[in-house]
Amino acid sequence: MESLLIEYLPILIFFGIAIGLALAMVGASYVVARQSPDPEKDSAYECGFEAFDDARSRFDVRFYLVSILFIIFDLEVAFLFPWAVSLSEIGVFGFWSMVVFLGILTIGFIYEWKKGALEWE
Amino acid sequence: MVVQALCFYLFSAVAIASAVMVISSRNPVHSVLFLILAFFNAAGLFVLMGAEFLGMILVVVYLGAVTVLFLFVVMMLNINVAEMRQGFLQYLPIGATVGLILLVELFMVLGGWAISPEAAQVAQVPTPPPEQVSNTAALGNVLYTKYVYLFQASGIVLLVAMIGAIVLTLRTRTGVRRQNLREQSFRTRDESVEVKKVQSGSGV
Repeated sequence: MESLLIEYLPILIFFGIAIGLALAMVGASYVVARQSPDPEKDSAYECGFEAFDDARSRFDVRFYLVSILFIIFDLEVAFLFPWAVSLSEIGVFGFWSMVVFLGILTIGFIYEWKKGALEWE
Repeated sequence: MVVQALCFYLFSAVAIASAVMVISSRNPVHSVLFLILAFFNAAGLFVLMGAEFLGMILVVVYLGAVTVLFLFVVMMLNINVAEMRQGFLQYLPIGATVGLILLVELFMVLGGWAISPEAAQVAQVPTPPPEQVSNTAALGNVLYTKYVYLFQASGIVLLVAMIGAIVLTLRTRTGVRRQNLREQSFRTRDESVEVKKVQSGSGV
């Protein structure tokens, strides 16, 4: 348990340095730079006019489809990690159970390919 | 040990603070970003508990995929922020009541929880000591052999999710001209070029 956490110590140090550096940069710019705040500096500017409408426009539903398909293959990869780690332990049966699993998902992949879900008009 | 305790308090404090910000920030996109921060700190807590595989999966699946999905949903719904904030105080009593009832139920369930003495014998797979087998290997040793039916069932569930997503959201627009590489490269000279004899002075 302790040894496991000691392996993560470099990552912790990395996070500490990253957070410290980010805070130092933002904080120093507050302290050192001359500040003269003005609401006009923050206002939206669009070729000399006031902004016509909201910058956030609606996304097409097709982005949603792409991200759902991404999640599914992401989960498939998540299943592959422990399989790769313990492949020597689980033997031939474990190997073929993963092949069947991948085969099931390949059926889905062929389906979405043939349906044209991967095409972007 | 002190560092571990410090990390725990840091992670849990940031997780709770960002969870509060998820429901109280005015911009839904900011809410999703705070949700990412909350997930990340939860992953840190998992690693502190020794469940490193779970922590990494939280980072890969939840941070990488689920929050992107939330962002797309937020962008698709085109939520008017000011309108959404109007009803917040009005619905607060109802929401707080529902939350309180759920909390009381949770306490009642956990208070009456007792692990039956037979459970230890029924458990088929004893947990290996973490000093000998790493987290990921312990999962992999049983998931693909002992729990193979559940594993295949999860594959079927993923397949159903894939087909369901395609059936629900795929719409083919008609009248869109696509590039067809096969058709393009199998074109011959005969079907695309035509030579006409034009008599001089008469036009085509």
